[in-house]
Amino acid sequence: MAKYILKRVLRAFITLFFIITILFILLQHMPIEGYFENFDKVSPAEIQVKLTSLGLTDPLPKQLARFYKDLFHGDLGTSNIYRMGVDNLTIIAEKVPVSMRIGLISLALSLLMGFALGIWMAYSTRTTFKIGERLGTLLIVIVQAIPSAVYYILIQFMGSQYLKMPMLFKEDNPISYILPIFSLSIGSAAYYAMWLRRYMVDEANRDYVKLARAKGVADSTISRRHVFRNAVIPMVQYIPGSILGTLVGSLYVESLYSIPGMGGLLVTAIKRHDNTLIRALVVIFAVISILGLLFGDILMAIVDPRISLVKKEGSR
Amino acid sequence: MVIFRRRADELGDKLNAKLEQELDMETLLAQEGEEKLFSFAEFSSEASEKGGYSNYSYWRSTVRAFLRNKTAMFFLFLMAATLIFSLIQPFLPGQKDALLIHNGEYGLPLNNIPPGKEFWFGTNAIGQDLWARIWAGTRTSLFIGFTVAFVEAVVGILVGVLWGYVRKLDFLFTELYNVLDNIPQTLLLILLSYIMRPGVSTIIFAMSLTGWLGMARFIRNQIIIIRDRDYNLASRCLGVPTGRIIFRNLLPYLVSVITLRMALAIPGAIGGEVFVTYIGIGLPVSIPSLGNLLQTGRSVMQMASLRYQMFFPAILLAVITVSFYIIGNSFADAADPKSHVN
Repeated sequence: MAKYILKRVLRAFITLFFIITILFILLQHMPIEGYFENFDKVSPAEIQVKLTSLGLTDPLPKQLARFYKDLFHGDLGTSNIYRMGVDNLTIIAEKVPVSMRIGLISLALSLLMGFALGIWMAYSTRTTFKIGERLGTLLIVIVQAIPSAVYYILIQFMGSQYLKMPMLFKEDNPISYILPIFSLSIGSAAYYAMWLRRYMVDEANRDYVKLARAKGVADSTISRRHVFRNAVIPMVQYIPGSILGTLVGSLYVESLYSIPGMGGLLVTAIKRHDNTLIRALVVIFAVISILGLLFGDILMAIVDPRISLVKKEGSR
Repeated sequence: MVIFRRRADELGDKLNAKLEQELDMETLLAQEGEEKLFSFAEFSSEASEKGGYSNYSYWRSTVRAFLRNKTAMFFLFLMAATLIFSLIQPFLPGQKDALLIHNGEYGLPLNNIPPGKEFWFGTNAIGQDLWARIWAGTRTSLFIGFTVAFVEAVVGILVGVLWGYVRKLDFLFTELYNVLDNIPQTLLLILLSYIMRPGVSTIIFAMSLTGWLGMARFIRNQIIIIRDRDYNLASRCLGVPTGRIIFRNLLPYLVSVITLRMALAIPGAIGGEVFVTYIGIGLPVSIPSLGNLLQTGRSVMQMASLRYQMFFPAILLAVITVSFYIIGNSFADAADPKSHVN
């Protein structure tokens, strides 16, 4: 177990190094307007001076080395347009709690809705009319087929038009939390439901479940103690990633409701061409997504000991 | 997009499960048939004439299974109608140009005109005909979708086959996959759209860059499973060239999932375009697309009289994506030979 975790952590760091390097090289090609507060009024000579002072004219390996040195000192540069001269980490630190609050509530809601729906669907496959199965499938088809970009807009429109909810987010108004949280949770709820249903149906046909039934164990006990528990295991993998993901929030929902969070910040930074802020955010987003995968795998290994024992090559 | 991938993965898992089941069936049959196989049969002249011929045709059965599905047929017709109409629309009589700004009597732009006789879907904030723009936008979006799906299929199949079939490349591709797959897709899409100039080719490039990964991995896993099956060993012993084994023995097995992935890549790419345009780094307004039409519509959503500007693109977008989703799934079911038996 310890060996597996150690290997997995090492691997994550190597991946992280590659990804950050790739992203850094990509980020080198950002339009240079993004390093100036008002690009149009600056003379070519001044541009050269600024670029040199930022170290952008140095050869790539030198820049990369400096970037990693700063990264290890926890320095992600300062913003130069969004909030001139303010440390990027300070800006980001203000945004994280907002994203996290919304994200954690909607994660809890989506788990609740998704599990309830998934269990209902799995249960109703054995009833005559399969109402739960049909309704659930309809929801899943809608959520999967229509791009989230469209149904987020429709939710915002319907909510503000017919339910008279506030269209934009205000921190001190709890009602304005409802629409963004609903938008964020409905997609992942459908997704949790789909997987839980499938795993539960698979699990219900296993031999040990048949044995339990043959022994006369009550259906509810079988569902609770055997089917549900084993069906949840494969889903555990995505939980750490989802929790960490709340740190960065949702790009789309946050900017749709002008929530002052991390996701919205990246959109704003891109719209306003603030290169250093974009770089800081991109690095943080990449780190978080890889840590999410890492913790997911580790948690999986803890919950299901079979995983660290038999590891199939290349098929995670 | 993640959900789409999961759906395809799920199908892959199903296929794996079926492969295992098949193996079980084979052993079962062998055991059960023992008695029958080794007992005397009565002579009948009719049975002696019986050959092993069956008029089973894979594609005919696939088409028949697909035609039987009423919902899928409905969406197929809807899709085909939308596709054909969007292509012939500019050549029909009485159509307006998508970029032309219509001016009224006194040289004032005819902006925000509600849907009516002259402008079927109304005009937008600067007086362009929304009907023409929507069909131009559909063309752009479908073009993006089809191209991304095509690239995904070609690169995915190519890499997947190499990865699965050539053992020496396995390590290299696995490591490459692990790194590339960990880059958040949305992030890469945003970054590339920001760095490169906004345009159709940028969006296609950004989405194709990592889109093939899932397809490649899936094909690689399947090929490893069926590569050393007896019938492939037999082909190899008989000296069949590798290319022929791949195209005639391996890939037909994967048709259903490849088409499903392609069908789902199209709405995925269209959705990606909508998202990037919303952030403000997608297509400029001079290239109408469903993404920027929807974005313009959203910005005037507040005014009840202007809501038509959002609804028309949203409805068309929903029709296209739902159609592809349902057609793709039904076709994947129909292309599965196991559904042909009954």
